Amino acid sequence: MIHIIRPLFIIILAIFIGTGFVQAAEETEKAVEASHPEGFNAGKFVIEHVSDAFEWHIATFGETEISIPLPIILYSSDKGWNFFMSSRFHHGHETYNGFRIEHEGKNEGKIVEVNEQGEVVDLPIDLSITKTVAGIFVSVIILLLIFLNIAKTAKNRVNKAPAGMQNLFEPVILFVRDDIAKPAIGEKRFEKFMPFLLSVFFFILINNLLGLVPIFPFGANVTGNIAVTMVLAVFTFFITTFNTNKHYWKEIYNPDVPWWLKFPIPLMPIVELTGVITKPFVLMIRLFANMLAGHLIVTVFVGLIFIFGKSFGVEAGLGISVVSVAFSVFMLLLDLLVSFVQAYVFTFLSAMYFGMASPDHH
Amino acid sequence: MGAAIGAGLAAIGAGIGIGKIGASAMEAIARQPEAVGDIRANMIVSAAFIEGVAFFAVIICALVIFI
Repeated sequence: MIHIIRPLFIIILAIFIGTGFVQAAEETEKAVEASHPEGFNAGKFVIEHVSDAFEWHIATFGETEISIPLPIILYSSDKGWNFFMSSRFHHGHETYNGFRIEHEGKNEGKIVEVNEQGEVVDLPIDLSITKTVAGIFVSVIILLLIFLNIAKTAKNRVNKAPAGMQNLFEPVILFVRDDIAKPAIGEKRFEKFMPFLLSVFFFILINNLLGLVPIFPFGANVTGNIAVTMVLAVFTFFITTFNTNKHYWKEIYNPDVPWWLKFPIPLMPIVELTGVITKPFVLMIRLFANMLAGHLIVTVFVGLIFIFGKSFGVEAGLGISVVSVAFSVFMLLLDLLVSFVQAYVFTFLSAMYFGMASPDHH
Repeated sequence: MGAAIGAGLAAIGAGIGIGKIGASAMEAIARQPEAVGDIRANMIVSAAFIEGVAFFAVIICALVIFI
């Protein structure tokens, strides 16, 4: 057994470290491109790397940019619905059909509607398939492939040993059931919440892990986008609110505290009501900030090479690149752990809120 | 500048808090190794709560910069 495990372990380790180097290499290319026009702007490079975009940038060789165009869907009150590919913008340099991507000012990064003189007239309603949305589609396809396969095998092999991909995922599913749902919600009621908890756990986990893979079609910063985490947190909020019993509301509006904390000024009810909102809010911020920070740190370490190279000469850049790449690989390995911990924490806290929403008698 | 100082203070607070949780958890595991699973779960949850407070501070710092 040992002589199988050891090479396997080394291969997995090699893949992880390789991933780190590929990511670093890819980012190096981008940084070279960024340094061409007006020197290297580290802040801009880092922010562009983690933010949403209208096209999926892959690499730049010299002057040619290689990117996947994504569909743009706009609704403006004058022109109605507009559908076209983002390649019409020529990487954001040109105006198409009276629309253009704003690069500065208060609408930076948004599509604006302009008139013939080039003045901004309106902001269209933007339902485009951006990089993050495309990233979600990719991860949803992967999730469906994995789980339809597992569900089929599990159905066919009742009371038999698991087979194929089921081997890998059944322990994780059991972990969510036995270590997250059961202790947090309780033996009797946990089954109702299992579909949501499993969906949210695997959605976050797969998206976190795919965000670390640098090659197309992975690597979109999905869980590091506050809109995505907000939707997940809003789901938790609504499920909590619609599964309450009267003890939950009594503890909010009329908790067992001295009367002067409730009577002229309802201090405790205010505090409790704020708690209802802040719980999903922190859920949103936590996932967003953790994943964003992971991506930022790796990019900053790579950007450091060019900052040093520019200010102290090429040799300094080469020298610091050894340290930078080593630290990037370390941070990426740490991110693997963080990916799992964040998926766990989000699911566990959601389960705890569900459990707290219908407390038993004290 | 103010935002940077604020972020640093938030990091100090969160660091002290999570450090204390980690220390107590280690001690608890050393005293009662058979309860390691429960202790780990509770440790992660408490750390997550502290982290949440630190993130509030960081978000406010970010707001100071951008608005």
